[in-house]
Amino acid sequence: MSLLQKQLKEIHNLIKKRDISARDLVQESIARIEEVDQKVQAFLTLDVEGAKKKAEKLDEWLKESGSTKLLTALPMGIKDNICTEGVRTTCASKQLANYQPIYDGTVVKKLNQAQAIMMGKLNMDEFAMGSSTENSSFHLTYNPWDLKRVPGGSSGGSAAAVAAGEVYFALGSDTGGSIRQPAAYCGVVGLKPTYGRVSRYGLVAYASSLDQIGPITKNVEDAAYVLQAIAGYDPQDSTSAQVEVPDYVRGLTGDIRGLKIAVPKEMMGEGIEEGVRAQVQAALKQLEKLGAMVEEVSLPHVEYAIATYYLLSPAEASSNLARFDGVRYGVREQGQNLLEMYEETRSKGFGPEVKRRIMLGTYALSSGYYDAYYLKAQKVRTLIRQDFEQIFADYDVIVGPTTPTVAFEIGSQVDDLLTLYANDVCTIPVNLAGLPAISVPCGRSEGLPVGLQVIGKAFDEETILRVAHAYEESTESIGTPDLGGVSQ
Amino acid sequence: MSHYETVIGLEVHVELATKTKIFCGCSTEFGAPPNTHTCPICLGHPGVLPVLNREAVNYAMKAAMALNCHIAEKSKFDRKNYFYPDLPKAYQISQFDQPIGQKGWIEIEVDGTSKRIGITRVHLEEDAGKLNHIADGEGSLVDFNRVGVPLIEIVSEPDLRSPQEAKAYLEKLKTILQFTGVSDVKMEEGSLRCDANISLRPVGEERFGTKTELKNLNSFRNVERALTYEQQRQQELLEDGQPIVQQTLRWLEDQNRTKMMRSKEEAHDYRYFPDPDLVVLEIDEAWKEQIRSSLPELPDARKRRYREELGLSDYDANILISSKAISDFFDQTVTHAVDPKVAANWITSDLLGYLNQEGKGLEETKVTPELLANMLQLMEKGIISSKLAKKVFREIVTTGKDPKQIVEEKGWIQITDENQLRDEVKKVLEANPKSIADFQNGKDRALGFLVGQVMKATRGKANPQLVNQLIREEIARL
Repeated sequence: MSLLQKQLKEIHNLIKKRDISARDLVQESIARIEEVDQKVQAFLTLDVEGAKKKAEKLDEWLKESGSTKLLTALPMGIKDNICTEGVRTTCASKQLANYQPIYDGTVVKKLNQAQAIMMGKLNMDEFAMGSSTENSSFHLTYNPWDLKRVPGGSSGGSAAAVAAGEVYFALGSDTGGSIRQPAAYCGVVGLKPTYGRVSRYGLVAYASSLDQIGPITKNVEDAAYVLQAIAGYDPQDSTSAQVEVPDYVRGLTGDIRGLKIAVPKEMMGEGIEEGVRAQVQAALKQLEKLGAMVEEVSLPHVEYAIATYYLLSPAEASSNLARFDGVRYGVREQGQNLLEMYEETRSKGFGPEVKRRIMLGTYALSSGYYDAYYLKAQKVRTLIRQDFEQIFADYDVIVGPTTPTVAFEIGSQVDDLLTLYANDVCTIPVNLAGLPAISVPCGRSEGLPVGLQVIGKAFDEETILRVAHAYEESTESIGTPDLGGVSQ
Repeated sequence: MSHYETVIGLEVHVELATKTKIFCGCSTEFGAPPNTHTCPICLGHPGVLPVLNREAVNYAMKAAMALNCHIAEKSKFDRKNYFYPDLPKAYQISQFDQPIGQKGWIEIEVDGTSKRIGITRVHLEEDAGKLNHIADGEGSLVDFNRVGVPLIEIVSEPDLRSPQEAKAYLEKLKTILQFTGVSDVKMEEGSLRCDANISLRPVGEERFGTKTELKNLNSFRNVERALTYEQQRQQELLEDGQPIVQQTLRWLEDQNRTKMMRSKEEAHDYRYFPDPDLVVLEIDEAWKEQIRSSLPELPDARKRRYREELGLSDYDANILISSKAISDFFDQTVTHAVDPKVAANWITSDLLGYLNQEGKGLEETKVTPELLANMLQLMEKGIISSKLAKKVFREIVTTGKDPKQIVEEKGWIQITDENQLRDEVKKVLEANPKSIADFQNGKDRALGFLVGQVMKATRGKANPQLVNQLIREEIARL
C-alpha cells in the first residue's frame, strides 16, 4: 500500500520515529501524480522542485531533533485561487495566466508552519464560478471515478486530486457549494467552515460575504486535523471571528446518542435523484441506529436561495473582479487608448461564465435597480438565515444530500444553465446563512459516489464533524476509484 | 444689482495626518520616491483584505465634532465602483449612507457679519494614486504612494451665497481643521482639495436652479476666481434666456475660464454597495467621549476668550486665530506676565510683518514666546525704548539670543540718567533757537523736533519721556 493511503496518525508515527522521511512522502506524491494526473488533470501548476526542496530542508531539520507536527511532511494541493508566494496563482483564468503572488495567504502560511508540503496548484472553475471545473480557462479535470464525468466544482481539481490519491489533502474554497459538491462527486470529504472561522486573507475573492476556505480530505478525521491547522482569528481579515477554536479531533467520539437531526423536506423533494435519495435515507437510518433522533422539518425560504445567490454573488463579484484591468499585474492586451486597453484586456481575459456574472452583478447594483435586486436579495438572505436559526433552536444538525444528483457527464449541462445552477440547491442556503457544513461519502448510485451533507450551527464544526465521523466509522467505505497504476 | 441669487455648496477633501494608511500599514509620508510606500493591500493585489486603521476613525470623529456634527452610532463603509488607473481595486472604499458625522455647521464672517453654514456630512474614505502623464503623450506613469491615505470628505449645505462666502468658509474650515490637528491642510501638497457646486436662481425663488460642478480648484484664490467666473457665465446665459446645462467643469487657471469635463449623461453610476470585507463600525459613548475630551480649544472659543478675558480688539483676535501656530505662540507669550494687548500688537504687526516680508513660517525663525516676553518685560521696565525694541526684536528673530544679552552686547540700554541727558538737551537747545521760539509761540510740533534731535544725538538710546520732560524744564528756565 502506498504511504499516502495510510492513516494520518500512522504516517505521523513513522515520521516521528524517522522510519520514513519527508522526501519519501513527497516522492510518493510525485510518483502518483506522474502516474494518474494525465488522466485526471487536477493540477494547473506543479511545484515539484519546490516540494523536493522543502522536503529536504524539513528532513535536515528533523534530523537535528526538530519536533514533528500532525501534518508534518504531508503532501498537499492548494486550489489555484489561494495566493502562494512565488508560485503562479491563476484562478484558472487567462487574466492571471502569468500572475505570481508576492505574498502567502494566511491559510498557506499556517499550513507551512504546520510543515505540510505543497505539491502544486489545483484546477477550478475560473474565479470559482461554476460547479464542474469546465469553466477553467486552461483545461478540464476528470472525475477519477469515471473519466467521462466532471469532478464537480468549483474546487474540482482539489477533490479529484484527493480522490485520485495524488496529494494527502487539499484546500478548496466554497461560495455556494464549491467544496462540498466536488467532494460529493469525487467520493471524498469536504468541509465548509462557518463564515469567519478561517481567514480569507489571500483567497482571491469571488463573493466576499459568502467565500470560505476549507479542507478536502479522504476522511472526516483528516478534515478535523486540517481545519485545526487553518482555523482561527486573523487580524488581517476583519470578517474573521474572534471565537475560540476547540480541539476538533478530540470531539470525534463516535457517540451521537440523543442527537437531534432535522431533515428539511425542501432538500429531499422532487429535484433529488432517486438513487441519491435512497442512499441518504439509508444514511439517516444508520444515524438513527447510532442513537440519533431524525425528524422532517421545513425551511420555507430556501426555495428562493438560488435566486438570492445569483444576485448577491455576482454583485460582489462584479466589484471584486474589477481590479483585473491589466494596469498592474496579470495579462494586458494592447489598445489605442485606456478604454480600449481595459476592454481588450477584460474581453479576452475573462471566460463567458465570468463575464455573465460580472454583467448580472453590475446590473443588480445599478442605480434604479439596486433596491429591487441587491437590497431585496439581502432581505431574503436574512429570512433564509432566520429559517436556519429557527430549526437550530430545536435541533443539533441538519442532514440531507449534498447534491441532487451524482457527477454528470462532461458537456452535458453546458447549455442548460438553470439545471446547472439548480445543482447547488442544497449547498447555497448554507453559504447564505454563513453556517458550517460537511459532505461525507454515503454509498454509491450507478457506481458513482453520493454525498451526505451535515449542516451545523454557526461555529459548531465540532458537532458536524462528530456526526460525519460517527456515520463514516459505522459504515463500509465506498473505496477508492480504480485508475490503474502500481501505487494503488 | 443682479436679479439672481447665487447658491454655492462645497465638497472639501482633507487628508488626515495619520502615520499609516487607512487600510494597511504603509506610511503616509508625502514626497517619497514613487511607489515606495506600497504593499499588496494598497496595490489591490488579488486576495488582499482591508483592515480599518482606528486612528483614522479617531481623526475623522475629531474633525466631525469640531464641525459640530452629530456622530453616528453605527457607521459603515461602501464601495464606490469606477475604473481608473490610479484606483488599484477599481473601487474606492468610502461611506455612502452612514457617514461618521452628519448635520454640523460652522460660522463664517464676511464684511463684519457672521453667518452659519451647514455641514451636510463628514465621511471617511481612501485616497487614490497619482497619474503622471509623460510629456510626449506616449503614456502615463502611476504613483501609488497616495493610495489608501485616509481622507475625510466634508460636504456643505448649499448655504453659501457668494464666491467671497465660499472663500471665507474654506478659510474657516482650514483653521478649524488645523486647530484640531487632524490634517496639515496644505493645499499645495494636495492635503486639502475642493470641488464646488454653483447655481443661480431669481431672487425670492425657493427652488434651486440647475447647477454646475467645478473641479481643479487648487487654491482658495482659485475657488473664488472660478466661482466668480462661473457666476458671471450663468448669469449671462440666464439673462439671455438660455438654459444652464448640468455638467462638470474644469477650471483652467492660466486661461481664467472653465472647460467642460463631462455632461450629466456621462456621469458615473458608482454602484455603491456595502463593502463585505469590512464590518460595521460601532461608535459607543465612551469612544465619543474619549475623542471629545481630546479636542483642543477651537478658533471661535479662542476668539471669545481673547475678546472677553484678555480685552483684545476684534481685529487682533481675528488675526491671531487665523493660524494655530500664531495663536499658540500668543497664548504662551502671555503666560509670562506681559500685557496681552501689547503682546498681541507685537505678534500681529511685528512678528507677522516679518514673516510676510521674509516669506517664512514661524518655525523657521529663532523667536520663542519666552524671548518675546522677556523683551516686552525689558520695555515695560524702561530698560529699552519701544524704538530700540524693534531692533532687539530683529536680533531675536534671527539669532535666538536672549534680549537682555542683546541689549548688553550692543550697548542698547536706554539712557535714563538725568544729568547725562540734560547735557544732551542743552546742546540741542543751543543749536536750535528757532525751534525754541516756535515752541514758545505755541507750536507743539517744535517739541517733537527737539526730542527727535536728542534721540538722534543719543542714537535712540535716550528715554523719550524723560527727554520730553527735560526739554520742557530747560525751555521754561530760559
